[in-house]
Amino acid sequence: MARYHVLHETRYDYGSAVSLSQQTLHLVPRECAWQVCRSFDLAIEPVPSWSHRGKDAFGNPVEWVAFHQPHDKLHVRAEMDVDVRPHLPSSLVAVLAWDELAERLTYKGGGVAPLAADLLANRFRFESPHVRVKHELAIFADDCFARGVDVLEAARALMEKIYTEFEFDPEATTVATPVMEVLEKKKGVCQDFAHLMIACLRAKGIPARYVSGYLLTHPPPGQPRMVGADASHAWVGVYAPGSEHGWVDFDPTNNLLPDTQHITLAWGRDFGDVSPLRGVILGGGGHEPEVEVTVTPLED
Amino acid sequence: MASTLLSRYACPPDRYDEMLDEGGRVRPHWRQLFRHLESADAAGMSQRVEVADRWIQEDGVAYNVYADPKGQERPWAMDPLPLVIAAEEWRGVVMAVTQRARLLNAMLSDLYNGQTLLADGLLPSALVFGQHGFLWPCIGARPPGSVFLHQYAVDLARSPDGNWWVIGDRTQAPSGAGYALQNRLIVSRVFPELFRDMRVQHLASFFRELQDSLEHWAPVEAGERPLIVLLTPGPYNETYFEHAYLARYLGYPLVEGQDLTVRGDTVYLKTLTGLKRVHVIFRRQDDDYCDPLELRGDSALGVPGLLVAVRAGRVLVSNALGSGLPGSGAIMGFLPAIARRLLGEELLMPSVATWWCGEKPAREYVVDNLDKLVIKGAYPTQRFDPLFGRELRGAARADIVRRIRARPQAYVAQELVNLSQAPTWSREHDQSLLARSVGLRVYAVATPQGYQVMPGGLSRVAGGSNALVLSMQRGGAAKDTWVLADGAVSTFSMLKRVIGARDVVRSGSNLSSRVVENLFWFGRYAERFDNAARLLRVAVSRFIDNAGETTPDLEAVIELCILAGIVEPGRKDEDDPWVPVGTRLSAAIFDTSASSSLASMIRQVLWSASQLRERLSLDHWHSLSRLQSDLQIAKGVRPALGETLMFLDRVLQVSSSLTGFSMDNMTRDNGWRFLVVGRRIERLGFLAAALGDFLTSYPKQEDLGLDWVLELTDSIITYRSRYSRQPELLAVVDLVVFDDSNPHAVIFQLQALLRYVERLARDVGEVPVDALLAEEEILRNFDLADFETGPDEACAALAAHLGRLESAAYGLSDLLGMRYFTHVDIVSHQILAS
Repeated sequence: MARYHVLHETRYDYGSAVSLSQQTLHLVPRECAWQVCRSFDLAIEPVPSWSHRGKDAFGNPVEWVAFHQPHDKLHVRAEMDVDVRPHLPSSLVAVLAWDELAERLTYKGGGVAPLAADLLANRFRFESPHVRVKHELAIFADDCFARGVDVLEAARALMEKIYTEFEFDPEATTVATPVMEVLEKKKGVCQDFAHLMIACLRAKGIPARYVSGYLLTHPPPGQPRMVGADASHAWVGVYAPGSEHGWVDFDPTNNLLPDTQHITLAWGRDFGDVSPLRGVILGGGGHEPEVEVTVTPLED
Repeated sequence: MASTLLSRYACPPDRYDEMLDEGGRVRPHWRQLFRHLESADAAGMSQRVEVADRWIQEDGVAYNVYADPKGQERPWAMDPLPLVIAAEEWRGVVMAVTQRARLLNAMLSDLYNGQTLLADGLLPSALVFGQHGFLWPCIGARPPGSVFLHQYAVDLARSPDGNWWVIGDRTQAPSGAGYALQNRLIVSRVFPELFRDMRVQHLASFFRELQDSLEHWAPVEAGERPLIVLLTPGPYNETYFEHAYLARYLGYPLVEGQDLTVRGDTVYLKTLTGLKRVHVIFRRQDDDYCDPLELRGDSALGVPGLLVAVRAGRVLVSNALGSGLPGSGAIMGFLPAIARRLLGEELLMPSVATWWCGEKPAREYVVDNLDKLVIKGAYPTQRFDPLFGRELRGAARADIVRRIRARPQAYVAQELVNLSQAPTWSREHDQSLLARSVGLRVYAVATPQGYQVMPGGLSRVAGGSNALVLSMQRGGAAKDTWVLADGAVSTFSMLKRVIGARDVVRSGSNLSSRVVENLFWFGRYAERFDNAARLLRVAVSRFIDNAGETTPDLEAVIELCILAGIVEPGRKDEDDPWVPVGTRLSAAIFDTSASSSLASMIRQVLWSASQLRERLSLDHWHSLSRLQSDLQIAKGVRPALGETLMFLDRVLQVSSSLTGFSMDNMTRDNGWRFLVVGRRIERLGFLAAALGDFLTSYPKQEDLGLDWVLELTDSIITYRSRYSRQPELLAVVDLVVFDDSNPHAVIFQLQALLRYVERLARDVGEVPVDALLAEEEILRNFDLADFETGPDEACAALAAHLGRLESAAYGLSDLLGMRYFTHVDIVSHQILAS
């Protein structure tokens, strides 16, 4: 098991005063079978005029905050201790062929009830605001999805294909770059690669979800530092009924299966569901946030 | 005997005719109308049709064909003949429509709480999770009374065997009920006796039920009266007319997203006097645009945080956010089983046969039978125009088949319905009826006692005799729908319920800041075009009097027009050719491409009036639409100078009637005060500028300009009656600057402005007017004797004061803007990348 201390700081310095600001924060790590959050602390400056804590439609913890007084800075500091247990799937084969799975998830008609887990997974099988599912994506992914290939093997091949054919380039895209443009440019950041992989999987009829989280900033000696370690990171969960947790994670940015070096924050259909900070402000002028994430291992 | 009425009326055997039975006889419930048409004389009928058209024109009933920033509106097309429906048949329609409303409401309730329909396989998850219309943040939200659909509309069509079928459900923010009401008002005026004699059911109770229901479910604190607002996306929306119309009819403030704000979990209206809690939002805006915080982030129209208030149960949104879902034709095939499950009932009225391509057998059927089908998008948010299979050939056909196979769940196919036909009145022929395809939109409203159906609805007829699509966008027309009563007609109309003494409302306390801002600018623009028209009339009449010759006094007027930015200078650059005065004057009046032309100013007035539709009376509208049609006529051929002068006269008449309405017919609330202050500021600024220019040029021109100064300030009669002689400088200056009994004098305007601002300040807080007060003091103490001792110096001194007064007036405008109007501050959306 790995233990971490995470510090996630976001600072906005607005060019002019913001008179009203409303934000939704996805900063509290969700509980999952392999992960426990032992402590969490959120400090916000200025002090919000109003706040409310709850869960979103996908079960992630959310904090809604609002600022009704004019302010020219916003500083959000989330600090937490998280334990992560190993959870790699024991095998990538003999779960289920991808085409069998896709067929199984298709509506059967005549009042045939779907399996409960399949119905939950179907939430992640269709288009969502940031993930258009286009025919071109199915074509791009074709060579990873030969008939009868195990769903996890197909996903692994797709991850590798994206890792090999695409270049990590923080300058090439923005938060709003559509998947189709990423496909064309062959460049992007972790968010783009995750969206692309999700779109391909959904185009093939496989449920796939967007996972946001953190990476260990300085890996143990001898191991390379992973890309995306100094900010929040994103990867992909693939529905794999029959595997230990029902879902298996893939990190197309680093071409590996996340294990104890990935800390899960939240998951949703795409980035829009789980953006760490999402808000609407009145005023403010130009503003580029400064984001800093530090993940340090804790001794047992 | 076949009357001439039917000489052009075709009755193909494969269609149901609403008016004639299989034997060609007029059906009993149509006989009265038919006999009336037979006996009406041709001239009388065409006159009535014209009157109806004029009502539509003058009431400004319009349907924006596309969201066009130029505000392109098209008059609502209406056929004067109603669609008549017998009482007994209507009972069946009512049963079926209320059942369907209950069903769709129960379905929404299930999909947002529990989703048993998905778990039991009664509905494919693709049609819920795959829909942009399924709003995830609304999961678990339970609106008051579990009512999602407060309003529901359904499109019905009648098949050749005479049965009604459902061809579409409208659950998002059903439009058209307001147009139905407007059609009724007009058609009942076209056939007043017939309307009474045929015992047509009235519509007003439907809107009263809507109001009662919204109040019933409004989340109020004890003793609070609910504030209900009508949320519109704004004047660019294709049914904006209806939003304004309903707001006025129901008495709800018409608001845009920026007028509302969420603080914590409560929604407020931004009013002139602060934030007022809103209890109910009657929305005419699609739900995914309603909250940029949690729904579409690119929406500039929404209210950030609205969902927080909805989940907390602090505001009722009607229809509930997320209700658009059943609008997808794709669910129709699943409804019979869902009705059995959720209601334990059989569906009373069938839906048109629909195949959702997401099911394999359905997909194969669709591909094999394209000719018989129309292909539509499965998701209401999809931008996909219906395709008629039989019109698809070659590559287009192959393409749609490929698209269906690639993303089957996104497509549905529906059987083509042979719509029934109904008579319309021919405008091209005398006394002739034409047969046109007809469809009927029926409305239901949720009440605590169950759904109630509007006894009537919006009938739509196709543009041509063979048209397959009923669409107001494609040349179709609307009809009134007359549902006949069995017994006595309930003559309920929207009478006010009993209001107790303590409920009396005296002030327009729910004036949104945006409405106030629009009133202010409406006042300024209305005054501005009046000033310009006055100035141009002086110039054009001088020009005509001089028979084209340039005289010094004409030059002086033209010079003033140039200074005021209304007329272009003779040449812009030294190298440019000289443009004759006549051409320039004509351009200053009619050239819509020049922003300073009279035509453009009139457009500004019309534009700001269109933002205020629900606040202006119909009389206001009639004046404005006359102005617009005058302008329209002048657009084709530029009129000769004589006609131009007549045009300016007409413009000034309309302008003074606008002034009259503002002064006599509008409630004197703070909104009205802002309008008047806007007018005063504009006139004061204009007078100060014009007179300042005149005084500056006086030493050069001497008495030449005195006549037109009097004309411009409408003071000729007063001058003549006082002095009975040629105008002289001192007397003219006294009359147009210092005489506080002359409404066109500078001091009169200044003092009136100060009075209104002071009255306003009592309600809305102090307005700094120091600069204006100082100028007023100076003017009051100005010694007219200076004009005797040194006229040139006196002119210069007064011109300087007037210059400062002008800037003080416009400065006040800026101050008011900063202080009271909605700051359309830049709203930006922050979203953090990974």
